[in-house]
Amino acid sequence: MHFLSEQTFNGFYFLAPWLVFAPVIGLLINLFFGKKLGEKTVGIVASLAAGTTFIVALLLAYSVSMNHGEMHSVKLAEWIHIGALQLDWTFRVDSLSTTMMLVVSGVGTLIHIYAIGYMHEDVRFKHEEGRFNLFFVYLNLFIAAMMILVSGDSYMMLFVGWEGVGLCSFLLIGFWYEMDTLARPSWANSNAAKKAFITNRVGDFGFLLAGFLMFWYLGSFQFDEVFHAAPEIAHSMPWVIVAITIFMLVGVAGKSAQIPLYIWLPDAMAGPTPVSALIHAATMVTAGVYLVTRSAPLYSLVPQAQYIVAMVGAGTALFAATIAVGQYDIKKVLAYSTISQLGFMVAAVGMGAYVAGMFHLMTHAFFKALLFLSAGSVILGLERGHHAHAHHDHKKESDSEASRHRRSQETSHSKHGGHDSHEEVFDPGDMRNMGGMRKTMPVTFWLYIIGTLALAGIFPFAGFWSKDEILLDASLHFPVVYGLLTIAAFFTAFYMGRQIWMVFFGEARSDPAKHAQESPKMMTVPLMVLAALSVLGGALNLPFEGFHNLTHWLSYTLGEMHGLPLNLQVAGISTALALTAIFISWLIYGRNPLKAGQIDPLKKPLGFVFTGMENKWFVDEGYGVLVIKPFKWISQFLADVIDWRFWHDFVHDTVIAGTYNWISEIALNRYADQKGIDAFANWLGDATQWLSATMRKVQNGFVRSYALSVLLGVVLILGYLIFK
Amino acid sequence: MVPVDYYVGLSAVLFTIGALGVLIRRNPLIIFMSVELMLNAANLAVVAFGSVYKTFSGQIFVFFVIAVAAAEVAVGLALLVEIFKSKKNINVDDLNSLKG
Repeated sequence: MHFLSEQTFNGFYFLAPWLVFAPVIGLLINLFFGKKLGEKTVGIVASLAAGTTFIVALLLAYSVSMNHGEMHSVKLAEWIHIGALQLDWTFRVDSLSTTMMLVVSGVGTLIHIYAIGYMHEDVRFKHEEGRFNLFFVYLNLFIAAMMILVSGDSYMMLFVGWEGVGLCSFLLIGFWYEMDTLARPSWANSNAAKKAFITNRVGDFGFLLAGFLMFWYLGSFQFDEVFHAAPEIAHSMPWVIVAITIFMLVGVAGKSAQIPLYIWLPDAMAGPTPVSALIHAATMVTAGVYLVTRSAPLYSLVPQAQYIVAMVGAGTALFAATIAVGQYDIKKVLAYSTISQLGFMVAAVGMGAYVAGMFHLMTHAFFKALLFLSAGSVILGLERGHHAHAHHDHKKESDSEASRHRRSQETSHSKHGGHDSHEEVFDPGDMRNMGGMRKTMPVTFWLYIIGTLALAGIFPFAGFWSKDEILLDASLHFPVVYGLLTIAAFFTAFYMGRQIWMVFFGEARSDPAKHAQESPKMMTVPLMVLAALSVLGGALNLPFEGFHNLTHWLSYTLGEMHGLPLNLQVAGISTALALTAIFISWLIYGRNPLKAGQIDPLKKPLGFVFTGMENKWFVDEGYGVLVIKPFKWISQFLADVIDWRFWHDFVHDTVIAGTYNWISEIALNRYADQKGIDAFANWLGDATQWLSATMRKVQNGFVRSYALSVLLGVVLILGYLIFK
Repeated sequence: MVPVDYYVGLSAVLFTIGALGVLIRRNPLIIFMSVELMLNAANLAVVAFGSVYKTFSGQIFVFFVIAVAAAEVAVGLALLVEIFKSKKNINVDDLNSLKG
């Protein structure tokens, strides 16, 4: 790593703000000129913006390695200076943050390119072509927010990014806000977006509480200052650090979809597939893992909290993996798989195996983005088959352009006028509608296989190395976590095998699957890059003497660490289990492929267990009964009884308005006004009248009497003057 | 030399007679004469004091008073003629249209 110069290298740190500026400039261009630029240019501008971020991240990583991993902070502006609160807008460039930057911007750029092709078709299937550039505006905004998150030098700057990515997540889940995933008019997608946002709000509340505690007891938000002050507090008031880390775990559970707040992630699949890949698999959801890794100095002070984090992660890993077995939607399987894999990462960082967690974060970003994007390719392939088939059947026309045009008008008409009578709604995401797609979509098929093998942890794909490192660490210190994660790994291989057999093997179970078409180069090329990374990603941190590159790289930031050597026993067990699971899935789903309309062959032998998996163990319903219903009841009670009847009717109308009326009527009107002010004014009038009536008698009209008055007056005044 | 007291005394007597005349008599012509009497009583006092203090101011002042009195009589007699024209009567006891 350090081969060029021994003196400090002041390289490219000054570029750090461009991590955020580049995507912001991209989004501004697309926001204001998107309509004029056309789809191609919008896509290119957005991808260039993301690509610039990647290049900046590369240069920063290069600078860090030139400086032997020394942390460098780049102050952009003063932010908040109030009393003891001193916050600056400072970018932190060290080996951990550059790792995250590289993952986010690298995977992000590939997904931007993929999305040009994907959204081009998606907006046409949904007859909303005007929304194309908005998608890229949101996507660039996400990159900017994520860069703030990973490059912030303080918990508050991290929090700004944290909320920013939450906002982008909300906007993009609800991108097709007025329809459901099948483009029928519905609020399902906006409800999914709201669910994600509100669930994250619960988590963010935990994060905020952690932040407040941190500022109160440790006196700062800045990472180094917090870490510097923490050991002393941990000695005098250990509960403070425990509370901070546990509250932070609540935030992590929200953002990284861990028990008990994972419920939003499966619903988040309502967003367009590039979003599912970028935000809800590869980058945003790993923010929690990054947060725990970043806070490693805090977590290492409190083993109890570490244990809780590890247990939450391991529990989530197994729980979500079992649900994934019972899902039929291709993206839902991947969503639960993501939750499960995030569980692996959280468990790893909880155990203190930060490098293993970050390693798995990186490889997972590669292969899960690959899987999601391939799934998107499958869905669009079915969608194409569906449309081609639809007008093949109904129109029998040779000119496909004209018929597509006519059909789009027809459908947009039926969208407004009710539902299509001669065409039942077709779900292109349902695996029961697929089958046999290895023949129709061969490129996607092979890409999917690579992603699956990487996720299942088969040697020598990336997932094998990273998962193994986590399992190895767990086997040494946390046998319970090790057990849970091993079973989860078994389920992982099983549900991925099930998916492969259901989607790509056997016979097509629907007409669209029969007529599915391969995706264009624009979409498959980024996938090939991701596939290459999924194959070779393990090379980042091979568990052999002299390799451990990532361990070495991250130890610049996280302190001295030693990579563990490969343990053949652990690796052998997990590989054997994965292969067994794939074999079992072949026995069930591969040997006798599913027929159209056939129920899942697992349903009969497993009975109610499978029903539980199918229905996500009724967690949403459980939350409905335990949280939503009481919450609604309390809101109803508060609104109706407390607010309306007590507060409005009783306090306002009866007590306040009544008292006011009484005071004004009795006290003010009757006594003060009528008997006081009025009486005085009337008396004044009466007195004046009486006085004038008396005085007018003097005015008798006789000049002589006036003269006499004058004379008397003169005599009096003179007399006074003389005799005074 | 006649002492100044006599002049002042005569002036006071004349003024009193004039004032009483204004208050008692009903004929406006007589009232005017009484007013003239009062003015001249004042004039007498002014010139008397003027000679005592060896100054002409008193006489100049009186000169102005006589001129103003003449003008006043002219205006007053014109008013009387107008009142007589409208009321055919100039008895002051009948002239009470100023009554409030």
